This record gives sequence, C-alpha cells and structure tokens, in this order.
Amino acid sequence: MSALIEEDYITEEGEFVINIGPQHPSTHGVLHIKAWLDGETIKKVQPHLGYIHRSIEKMSESLSYRNFIFVTSRMDYISAHINNEACALAVEKGLQIEAPPRAQVIRILMAELTRLASHQLWWGATGLDLGAITPFFHAFREREAIITIMENTCGARLTQNYMVPGGVMYDLHPDFQKETKAIVKQVKEKLGEYEDLLTGNVIFEQRTKGVGYISKEDAISYGCSGPTARASGVSCDVRKWFPYDGYDKVVFDEVLDTGGDCYARYMVRMREMVQCCDIIDQLIDNIPEGDFQAKTKNVIKLPKGEFYQRVETARGELGVYLVSDGAASPYRIKYRSPNFSNLSALEHMAVGGKIGDLVAIMATLDLVIPDIDR
Amino acid sequence: MKLLLAYSFANLTSAIHSGLSGSMGNETLVLITEMVITGICLLGFLVILSFFLGYMERKVAAFMQIRLGPNRVGPKGSLQIVADTVKLLFKEGLTPDASDKFLFNLAPFIVVVTSMLVMAPMAFAKGFQIWDLNIGILYVSSISSMGVIGILMAGWSSNNKYSLLGAMRSGAQIVSYELSIGLSLISIVILTGSLRISDIVMSQQNGWWLFKGHIPVIISFIIFIIASTAEINRAPFDLAEAESELTAGFHTEYSGMKFAMFLLSEYINLFVVSAIAATIFLGGWMPFHIGSWEGFNHIMDYIPSSLWFFGKTFFIIFVIMWFRWTFPRLRVDQLLNLEWKYLLPISMVNILLVTLIAIMGWHF
Repeated sequence: MSALIEEDYITEEGEFVINIGPQHPSTHGVLHIKAWLDGETIKKVQPHLGYIHRSIEKMSESLSYRNFIFVTSRMDYISAHINNEACALAVEKGLQIEAPPRAQVIRILMAELTRLASHQLWWGATGLDLGAITPFFHAFREREAIITIMENTCGARLTQNYMVPGGVMYDLHPDFQKETKAIVKQVKEKLGEYEDLLTGNVIFEQRTKGVGYISKEDAISYGCSGPTARASGVSCDVRKWFPYDGYDKVVFDEVLDTGGDCYARYMVRMREMVQCCDIIDQLIDNIPEGDFQAKTKNVIKLPKGEFYQRVETARGELGVYLVSDGAASPYRIKYRSPNFSNLSALEHMAVGGKIGDLVAIMATLDLVIPDIDR
Repeated sequence: MKLLLAYSFANLTSAIHSGLSGSMGNETLVLITEMVITGICLLGFLVILSFFLGYMERKVAAFMQIRLGPNRVGPKGSLQIVADTVKLLFKEGLTPDASDKFLFNLAPFIVVVTSMLVMAPMAFAKGFQIWDLNIGILYVSSISSMGVIGILMAGWSSNNKYSLLGAMRSGAQIVSYELSIGLSLISIVILTGSLRISDIVMSQQNGWWLFKGHIPVIISFIIFIIASTAEINRAPFDLAEAESELTAGFHTEYSGMKFAMFLLSEYINLFVVSAIAATIFLGGWMPFHIGSWEGFNHIMDYIPSSLWFFGKTFFIIFVIMWFRWTFPRLRVDQLLNLEWKYLLPISMVNILLVTLIAIMGWHF
C-alpha cells in the first residue's frame, strides 16, 4: 500500500499532478483521470474508476431472467437497446429458442437506429471537446428525431426496455416505417453538412491527425474493440464475425481504417453512420409479418450451464457471460464492456502528448463512464 | 466637405468647453471637470456596449446553432443580459482561502482598466475623439498588451493548477501575437506617415487603405484579424479559457461580479480590436469614397460618420464571432507554430512590400 501511495504522490522536480475529473467538462461523466504533467506535456495518465459503480452485476443475481435485462439499460445508456439485445440473446441461448423473423428485423432496426443516434451524440461531443460548440446542436437535431422514434415505439427515450427474451415487447407502431424513412433520408442529407462543419477543417485535422496513435498489435493486446480497434485496422465487427439476429442476411461493409489515430477513429465512425443508414434502408420495407415474440414461460428458468453472447454496440464488443444453476435468476453475470477495455489504452495513446491531445483522445474513444464502472 | 462638417461633433465639444471655461475660469479645473464627464460617459457607453455585445453574441450563436437564443426577458430577449448582470451583482464573490487575496481581487480591475484605457484615442465619429494624441497607434498597442498582466495575476493568485496553466498559455499567446499585430499596424503607419489616429483616418479620404494599398495591405488586414482574435483570447484561440481542457482557465476560481469583470473586459477588447481594424484598414468614420466619383461620394457623405464607424466595427465583430462559433480550438503548440512559423515571417516580408509601395508611391 505504501508503495502505491509513493508512486501516486511523489513526483520529479518540475512535474505536477492534475486531477481531471471526476467533475470536468470533457470526461462526459464521473471519470477521474490523474495526469502527471511537465508543463503541458503529459508524462503519465492514470484513470481512477468507481465513482458510478452501482453493482449491476451483483444486482442481476437477485433479479429474474426477465428483469435483469432492463438494468443493463443503465450501463451504456447511449446504446441501451443493444445492451438489452445482448442479454435477451444470452437468455435465448440458454432456452435454445430463437426470436421470430419479425422480431429479429425489428431488433436490427432498433439497434442500427441506436448506433446512429449514439454516433451523432459522439460527433457533437467530439466537436465540443475540441472547442467547436456548434456541431453539438446540429448533431442533436437528428438525434432528437431518432429518439422520438424510440419514444413512439417503446415509450422511453434513453433507457428503452424493449428487448425481451424471445423477441421484443410490443409490435411496431403504424407510423414507424414512415418516420424511420424520413429520418434516414434526413441523416443522409445532413452528413454532408457534418463533413463541412468539422471534417475538412484545417484546425480539426491538425488536432486529430497523428494524435493518440495506437498500432494494430497494441490495439489487439489492449483488448480494444469497436471503432477504436477498427481504426487501427483490426477487423473485429461482431456483426460480421459472429452474426446474431440475422445480421448475416444483411449486406453491409465493415468499416476499416489503418490510421490508428484520432482522425482515423473519427472517420470510421462517420463512415459507420452511412452503413447504419444502408442497413435500415435494406430492412425498412422488408419487415416480415408474423409474431413479434416467441412463446416463453412466465417464469423463465435456464438449464444449468454457462452461456456467452457477444454483440456489437456503438462503442465495441459487449459480452454477456451468464452462469445458471437452474434457478429463476442468474447465478452469476459478468459483462465484458467495450469502454473498460478501450479506456485501458488511454495511457498508451496519451503519454507524450499535450493536455489538448488527451481531451481529443478521450473524445474519439467515445467513453461512456457508467459502462466502465457498471 | 461641407456636408461632412455638418455632422462634426467638434462643434458640440467646443461649445461645452467654452461654456465650462466661462463659468469656472480656471483652466485646470475645467480640464479636470471635462475628464470626469468623459470618464462617466465612457463608463456608461462601455456598459451599454457590453450589454449589446453580449446580446449580439448570444443571438449570433443561436443563429449558427439552429436555436432561438434568449427570448423571454424583455422584447426579443434583449433584457436577458441585464437580468444576468443583476444576478452576478447579487452573487457572492468568493475568494479562495489559499489564494493571494490582494492580487486575486486586483486582477479583474487591471484587466478591465487596461481595456478601457485603449478607448482613449478611438475616433468614434468626425471630431468625436477623447484624446487625439500624436502617438495614437503606439499607445494602443502598448496599453492593450498590458491586459496580460491582469490575466497572469489572476491565474497565479488563484492557486489553482488549471488557472495557472490557463494564465501561462495566455501569456505565451499574447506575447507572441503582439508582434504580428504590431507589424500589421506598422504597415499602415508606413503608408500614412503618422501615428496619429485622426491623420490615419483623414488619409483615407479618397479610399480606404484596404482598397488603396494593393495586396500587401489585404494580407496585413487578414493577419491583423487573426492575431487580434488571438490577442483577445477568443475562439479558436481561447486556450486561456479552454473550457473542455482547463474547465475555465485563468478565471476558474472567480465568481460573482469579479467574474463579470473578465467577461466585460472580453467584450470591450472585442470592440476595441474591431474598432482599430475599422479605423486603420476601413477608414474609421470616413464614408466610402471612390476616387473622383463626385456624385457617389456626396450620397455617401449623407450617412452620418458615427454610423459608418459603428457599421464597420460591428461588421468585424460579427466576423470574429463567426470564427468563434464555427472553428474548433487550436492546441497550444500549434498556436505558437502558427504565429512564429507563418504569421510573423509573412508579416516581415509584407512590411518590405508595403515600404516599397510607400516609397514608390504605387498606392492610389
């Protein structure tokens, strides 16, 4: 313990420690980053976690298989649908059932809408972190429309509880197709505006190009996933490698870049938004008729065993590891959250850069703090 | 020219002066009374100005960010800024325990006073100038660089690492960009042959320097706008505040009216640099004249000179606000690169070109 304290507080001549967070505008939550600085240059970075730990994993052990899903909305609250989907899929795996085709398509549609909304929030927040305030409002114009679709579909705007074991909770509402088509069209139009506002800007390029570099090998060894890893050239899209919910029937590209820097991560997400629109376009007119939920018992009991399900959230790979002892609630649940692994690469990226670089790196890692702590 | 004189404020000021001399007799007393009157007028003007600029900034920002901006207090939200000021007045101005209390409380006043001092040689309209001293440009550039002392003082005395980083950034930034500002001002001084503001305005009687001085003056105008945006710590050069990096930079620890002082000085500085740019490059209160087009020039003369001055100034203010709401922020090393690697060498070469133009008499 004493060694830890020494390491924490005794610093070299001229060096000083600055605590960024837990309340700081650019940590997007209660992340606490301890930075050792030499002037403006970062010598060492140490993320301190635990400020928003709610023991979701432990709580889930006393909840039923229907209920524990909805707690996960509070993990990565910006892609709540996809978290719920992962848990629902894990339970389905245990029950050895599959959602009906209509439910699967609805799930993909909602997941891609979530990804779109999440990337828009990220785009606005990145601009905000780099000092451009206007993009945030432009991003929220489209995000707001998507969130309204969510609200009309399942009654909640942020922590949607829509995915249940065996399908989705309700059927789509009659205007869903019309509204979704309109928003996809709008997003496609406005993406050009996004590019004009931020992508081509000289200052933006200077701030992001060559900043926060991480190589392919390092990205793999730090366990990065999602756009963060794909920007370093790691092909890791769960939707492609381990398709679930019928993603194998959808045509889309896995967006890859080899830059490995903040700019590459930015471009990967920008291009992913186009892919999201493409996926929605393919499915929106082809929603099969039929049930939206498979028949399940009122009290779900999984057979004894271990089940693992992974999905691709907007930030990377979310894994749900579920251990059942045959009772009506899980024996143990462990989440492999994308943000926790992505955050571990922060020090590797930030050391040697300036404070401004640290902010740019945190922005392009797209960290959601409640997902790190759970 | 007769029409121009009709709008001169010199008549008004000389009437006041003769009235005061008649009643008091003592010259020194008259001078002191005039100074007090001028000071009070200036204070009132600056408060109204910063209210207006605050309102303008919010509306410009709202326009760029597809929202409405303030629209509840007063007609079209115009009294929102008054409400904010009242709130700030009643707020407790905290002084942190560990701070250097004297310097901490002094800093906001230094910042505001220096920005007010720069107003002295400004020619707001024909004959409407507080102090037409013969080294006007030199005075402006030397006083305006004193504001950084207040910022450094604020950052150091707050005893906060964020504040200190912000203040140090600000110091490096203002000291560097001061050079480019000076060089671009000098280019016009070379062309005019005088440091006096009124001379510079009068030299633009048959065309503004921006149009008369060929490409070199346009270059120095652009450099002046960039460098002065940096000098007054506004985005994309707002590294001293850098909200997303340093929370609020040098004024992190300030609250209440002391915080409002920094805000006030920011808006006054914004006005001052825009007014200087308008005076030096766009002819100040001088109407838009084209060489020998007598008819056209006469029509232009009908527009009051103060309207010309404020029109030009607010145009430049709008451009600087436009920067703020569209650009991301530079990093600190990139900021210094921009100055030392690009702006300064370009201004130096530019000075040579301007000198050549002045010597050969190539300008119109």
